[in-house]
Amino acid sequence: MSGYQDKIKEVALRLLKDGSVDMVIGFRKGTLPMMNEPCFIRRPEDVHQLVWDSNCGINLANYLTDRKEKIAVVAKGCDSRNIVTHIIENKIKRENLHIIGVPCQGMVDKRRIISEFGDTLLDVADDGENLKIKIHGSEKSLKKTDVLQSNCAACIHRNPVLFDELAGELVPEQAGVDRYAEVNRVEAMSPQEKWQYFEDLLSPCIRCYACRNACPLCYCPTCFVDESRPQWVGKSQDPIDIRTFHFLRAYHCAGRCTDCGACERACPVGIKVRQFTSKLNKDAFEMFGWEAGMTLDERPPLDTYKPNDPNDFIK
Amino acid sequence: MKVFTIDKKEWALGIEKAKSAYQVLGPVKEKEWHCFKALGKDEQPDMTYTNTRLSPKFLVQPQTEPMFTYTLDESRPDHHILKEVQEDVCPKAVIGIRPCDAAAFLLVKRNFDAPQYQDPYWLKAYNSMTFVGLACNDPCPTCFCTSAGCGPFHEAGLDVLLVDSGDRFLAKSLTDKGIALLAAAGWNSLADDAGKIEAMKQAAESRIASRISTDRLKAKETTHIYDAPFWEDTAFSCINCGTCTYSCPTCWCFDIQDENRGNTGVRLRNWDSCMFPLFTMHGTGHNPRGAKMQRVRQRFMHKLKYYVDKYDNGIQCVGCGRCIRLCPVNIDIRKVCNQMNDYDPAACVCPA
Amino acid sequence: MQNPYMPYPVRIDEIITETEDKNLKTFKFVFLDPEDEEKFAYKAGQFAELSVTGKGEIPIGIASSPTEKGFVKFTVNKVGLVSSFLHAMKVGDIMGLRGPLGNSYPWEALEGKNVVIIGGGFAFTTLRSSIVYMLDPANRSRFKDINVIYGARSPGMLLYRDELAAWERRDDIHMHITVDAANDPGWKYNVGFVPTITEQKAPEADADTFAIICGPPIMIKFTQPVLDKMGYAHDHIIMSLENRMKCGIGMCGRCNVGKEFVCKDGPVFTLAQLTNMPKEY
Repeated sequence: MSGYQDKIKEVALRLLKDGSVDMVIGFRKGTLPMMNEPCFIRRPEDVHQLVWDSNCGINLANYLTDRKEKIAVVAKGCDSRNIVTHIIENKIKRENLHIIGVPCQGMVDKRRIISEFGDTLLDVADDGENLKIKIHGSEKSLKKTDVLQSNCAACIHRNPVLFDELAGELVPEQAGVDRYAEVNRVEAMSPQEKWQYFEDLLSPCIRCYACRNACPLCYCPTCFVDESRPQWVGKSQDPIDIRTFHFLRAYHCAGRCTDCGACERACPVGIKVRQFTSKLNKDAFEMFGWEAGMTLDERPPLDTYKPNDPNDFIK
Repeated sequence: MKVFTIDKKEWALGIEKAKSAYQVLGPVKEKEWHCFKALGKDEQPDMTYTNTRLSPKFLVQPQTEPMFTYTLDESRPDHHILKEVQEDVCPKAVIGIRPCDAAAFLLVKRNFDAPQYQDPYWLKAYNSMTFVGLACNDPCPTCFCTSAGCGPFHEAGLDVLLVDSGDRFLAKSLTDKGIALLAAAGWNSLADDAGKIEAMKQAAESRIASRISTDRLKAKETTHIYDAPFWEDTAFSCINCGTCTYSCPTCWCFDIQDENRGNTGVRLRNWDSCMFPLFTMHGTGHNPRGAKMQRVRQRFMHKLKYYVDKYDNGIQCVGCGRCIRLCPVNIDIRKVCNQMNDYDPAACVCPA
Repeated sequence: MQNPYMPYPVRIDEIITETEDKNLKTFKFVFLDPEDEEKFAYKAGQFAELSVTGKGEIPIGIASSPTEKGFVKFTVNKVGLVSSFLHAMKVGDIMGLRGPLGNSYPWEALEGKNVVIIGGGFAFTTLRSSIVYMLDPANRSRFKDINVIYGARSPGMLLYRDELAAWERRDDIHMHITVDAANDPGWKYNVGFVPTITEQKAPEADADTFAIICGPPIMIKFTQPVLDKMGYAHDHIIMSLENRMKCGIGMCGRCNVGKEFVCKDGPVFTLAQLTNMPKEY
């Protein structure tokens, strides 16, 4: 882990010194346990701020949208897939990017740890394998693989798919993980159970839009929930409007989502927002054999047409 | 001001008694986190909680609140004329609110109870409440209340201060409203060790290690801090969600919307956030705070400079730490406040 | 407790299409309850929230003058949801009016002074209110010279054309009407942008002369240096700001410029005040 960090700093320093990039986008140490803050570094003397550990769950592709500078960006597997998606969707130019790929071993689910240890948590130390949790007067050690974000635990694309150089050796990809276990569970429910499940799932939503804004895919200049003419969605806490927002947002991400988990990580009230996007990821995979952001050479299934489409709805 | 002692064995009974005179609200754990709820019969507040996930401001200012109703049916004589909504103004007892969250209402009150205009919705709700605070014996690491004009045993904004003293609560009555509530609950045994509160208060305050500096904010020129170069760095990571503003006990901004169903409708007010571009967008599309950095700056300038200048009564923050804990990208008001407080345009060496 | 969010019910009494592009209409409202008209006592420079039931509210400067009784008038530009709906409403329709809101032009400070009114485009509404107010026989003697510089893109885009012509004929007000370009050979007034005409026609600055400016940002941007050059002190230049508003009473939080709310502490500020405020308008 610290090897990654040293390498990231080394690359960043080189690129800034030789002027091949204007800025490096990465993470710096946050002010709370399990929090790192996305940052930009413009001067070689600030490179020392850069960190890498298992608290870098924010998707940095989100910070590239429409930027015109030459940028070096630190990218784990999912970030790199969103960078691919950004390039395909003309939100960033490949030639303006220097991608520092980071083979990833998963990000820690900070919400789970806070929920278990409470807001009085003092410190969480990461030695690569284990987390040492310090609370008032006691300490506890957790195996990191037991407390990964659920999307990371079931991730099969930990290595960056697009990079200019790597911050470390590629890691073995996980095999035999069930990516859609939660989706299957919901799919098996009766309509009444599903209704209840989604009602319950979304009941804490405060419409802060952290899920939307943490997502690199949500770059519309005006989101449909913010349109006033016509106003598609009401602005109150009416549950129908809240559901409309979440469902439509998920559909806007269909075939584009890399399951990076940034939405779920950002939610201040702990909604499992990925329940929606996972279902659509599963559909995209089953119907089109598609996983978002794996290649620059193919457009997502929902914005393309092929004459040999297996379905006959369009013929 | 008197200090009563409440044996924890008598606590539940007192709460039940209070329910005959008040609607009683208290912290209850729902899913993973605590939230204030109206308590039904035999339902008790969880007085062992740390703090609620979101602030209890919604008790006085709900996220969505009807203001008026109307009919658009032109066959009705009162069509297109707004009618007042009947509000629930029954007496409410808010049990176990943390001192910072109660103090926050006083800060917000300056906005809603201004010399020229008074907001009837906010004031009626606020005035219907009796606040029974629960002193913080174990503040969180992100609490910085003692340097934000507040504290773990802060009394302003409370009607009663409760101090958890092991097998009993010490209850300090602070207002007539508080005395009435203690009487309704039947808590009338005077404590013979009231002095204990002061020692516990000092112990709790000494546990708060996190501090901000605010002493130089007022003297600074608004335009100097406004034009400071650090805002670009502060704002970079911000995703412009409403988490900080919606979780904040002292953020009050709102939007007004008409919602129709068929021929009837309701004029609502909803929470709004200075983080959202739409908040300030003109009809023409012009936006005075169109860029993310401008919105981030507005949030901090409002709390830490404009409010300070407008009311001359400290910052618009009680140090509860929610925005720090919940911000998805770790923007920390403590850091920003200190940067603002320390900023000296003459000494600034801007990065090339 | 009086509810400051409750509008007075009004009926649309007359609708006048002001400009050739039909984007500006003047609405004349009559209060359903005559007592409300007394409660709605206003000064020139104030605004009100036009409350279109079922659509929402928009803040609009009051175009009628306090000296005009029996009605209130507003000229509305068609831009957003509420104003577009309002443009489609008919005489006789019922809606609401909430106000008067905001401060006004500083009439006490202007007493006994020369007043130079500089306006552009559709931002002439509260300036009309001010002119009608000052020209009222009961008020005219309270002010010295009145100069008006008012410009629009073309003759057909000028507001209140009949009144402008009537004021041109008077000798107690100096009118300097201008258009960016005139295609009408019969145009007998000025041609040129407002800053240029200001430089040519506005009186020299002195302690007794105040300028009130209202117009699009581009006009203000280029007129201000002209006034500077002519020696107008910044506390003698009076401006009216616009920002997105909802409550109109300084509570909802969105229209602030620094610590001031445009809706409650404004919309009228002197340039001297604005110099020390962030440029968020």
